[in-house]
Amino acid sequence: MDSHNHENCVIHTEDLTKIYDGGAFPVRAVNDVHLHIEKGEFTTLVGPSGSGKTTLLNLIGGLDQPTQGKVWVKDVDISTLSKSQLIDFRLHNIGFVFQAYNLIPVLTARENIEFVMLLQKRSKAERKKRVFQLLREIGMEDKINHRPAQLSGGQQQRVAVARALASKPQFVLADEPTANLDSKTAKNLLDTMVKLNEEEHITFIFSTHDQRVMDRARRVITLVDGAIASDELKEEQHIIIG
Amino acid sequence: MFLRLAWRNIWRNKRRTIITMASVVFAVLLAILLNSIKEGVLYKLQENVVTFYTGAVQIHQNGYWEDQRLDNSFAQSDSLFELAKAHPDVNAVVPRLETFVLAASEKHTRGCMVVGIDPQTEPLVTSLDQKIVQGSYLENNDQGILLSEGLAEYLKLGVNDTVVLLGQGYHGVSATGKYAIRGLIKFASPELNKRMAYLPMHSAQNLFGAENRFTALVLDLTSVVKAEKVEEELALTLEGQYEVMNWKTLLPELNQVLEGERAENVIFLMVLYLLISFGIFGTILMMIVERQYEFGILVAIGMRKLKLSRMVIFENVMISVIGAIIGTVLSVPVVGYFYRYPIRITGKLEEAYRNFGFEPIFYFSIEPRIFYSQTIVVLSIALILSIYPLIKIMNIKPVESMRQ
Ligand SMILES: Nc1ncnc2c1ncn2[C@@H]1O[C@H](COP(=O)(O)OP(=O)(O)OP(=O)(O)O)[C@@H](O)[C@H]1O
Ligand SMILES: [Mg+2]
Repeated sequence: MDSHNHENCVIHTEDLTKIYDGGAFPVRAVNDVHLHIEKGEFTTLVGPSGSGKTTLLNLIGGLDQPTQGKVWVKDVDISTLSKSQLIDFRLHNIGFVFQAYNLIPVLTARENIEFVMLLQKRSKAERKKRVFQLLREIGMEDKINHRPAQLSGGQQQRVAVARALASKPQFVLADEPTANLDSKTAKNLLDTMVKLNEEEHITFIFSTHDQRVMDRARRVITLVDGAIASDELKEEQHIIIG
Repeated sequence: MFLRLAWRNIWRNKRRTIITMASVVFAVLLAILLNSIKEGVLYKLQENVVTFYTGAVQIHQNGYWEDQRLDNSFAQSDSLFELAKAHPDVNAVVPRLETFVLAASEKHTRGCMVVGIDPQTEPLVTSLDQKIVQGSYLENNDQGILLSEGLAEYLKLGVNDTVVLLGQGYHGVSATGKYAIRGLIKFASPELNKRMAYLPMHSAQNLFGAENRFTALVLDLTSVVKAEKVEEELALTLEGQYEVMNWKTLLPELNQVLEGERAENVIFLMVLYLLISFGIFGTILMMIVERQYEFGILVAIGMRKLKLSRMVIFENVMISVIGAIIGTVLSVPVVGYFYRYPIRITGKLEEAYRNFGFEPIFYFSIEPRIFYSQTIVVLSIALILSIYPLIKIMNIKPVESMRQ
């Protein structure tokens, strides 16, 4: 029970369960999940379609409320936060990368990244510095003034990653970030994330169907019917950039 | 950046924004033109009617209007006269002494209103000298009389004939006099045309034994719309001995007609704006549906809902208000043109207008209120319609918005 208070722990769930009553019978989309994720981890959630990956990520990210159980981010039980506190909490602690259309279409790459920092009320100088640093890290210095429609799918996802990092979150949640990308672009995006993970110790949690993503992860958690079926740690060598 | 973002969002769907704006532009333009012509026509109407007889403002002895007898007349007072004259909105102050008498010829008698006037200044209010159709207007020390055409006809009298007036004067003295008819006046109003007679003031005062007494001072103003203001301001100093009344009290039926006309306009404009509101609302509705996913993302990454609502409301208000401003700007030259070159009515309508003593011209008003009030209306509509996106955004659940 005290394990989440441990210094390096960023996410801790206990007894986490989400039941949907929508259809003819209730669906246990997430079923009694106990999860513990430490700073700097590079974790993937895998499992067949409908196994509850998205639902679990939404619960961890405070986008959805569990039917049962709790989520701690660092030492905050997020169920104790009011709705508006939760929005602020996400702004300052969690980075999100969604499957597609992450970006605001009328803002340029640079503005999209800057946007979250603006919400955080960071100074102009700080914003500028970080935007350029991030654009360099994702290798898109030459596209700063492009709008999303002028970027490829992979480039858009990389900008989305940069935006997720702009707020200096505790961790980044990414729900199938490569799902709409071809394999070469997907590899590029992964390289970027692995690099960020290794060099800046950014904590990433993905969901994916993509074998290549799984290959690159240090930890692979498999969900079946909403429950954790396996949780494997891999050898360091596997994630070295090839 | 939020401003920039809002501004770019406005132009995201250029065609829709332009269509929405255009409908607002059109509505505002139409509303301004309509209001301008309506106000212009009504204004002219007031001015016309006021010049028939009553003037814009009158001052009487307190209680005269309730009980219009010579006993309620007041003694000539230079200070009163000067005070009224000194008001910046007053052009002219004209005295009157009026009462009902019987007018008789050899064979006929008829009740009529006899009005003692200052022949020199009376035309400033009523243009009485312009209304002579036979004979001539009164000279200053004239011993003659002017009769309205209808009255003369009834009495079977013409110019240079003599009419006898019989009545009751000040404090009940009997009043009888014989006057040579100098001229006949034609009033557009049939009501006035059959019962008016004008005497020079000194003759009237003689006739009624009311030396140096008036029943009313009639004020001609720089503009008839100032009537209420002038009335209030004069009443402040004159209260007690005198009563001050504007034409709305003097001519309550006319005022009612004008208010009715205005109300009619309001109903038409309400329908117009209702249609425009549907247009704006449609745009808001589509925008909300289209941007559902994006709103979900924004809330997910940490944009507060109130902030998001504020931005979206700002966008909608801008579309409407920019439309309103363009409409107003476009209306300025149009209204300005018609203000300078009013529309002349021709044909049957012209005749009808002339018969009632009105100029057959549609005037336009350039009162500022006509222009800015439309922007206020549009702004209010946009704000009221903003309740919808506000509610929608406050209820956003990112997970659900993003599932679509
Ligand atoms: N809003 C909802 N109402 C009812 N059932 C839902 C809802 N959202 C998800 N589910 C159900 O919950 C289960 C888990 O869904 P979830 O989207 O988390 O799966 P997933 O692992 O992300 O699948 P995929 O790989 O296809 O993205 C599914 O059976 C799904 O049908
Ligand atoms: Mg999913």
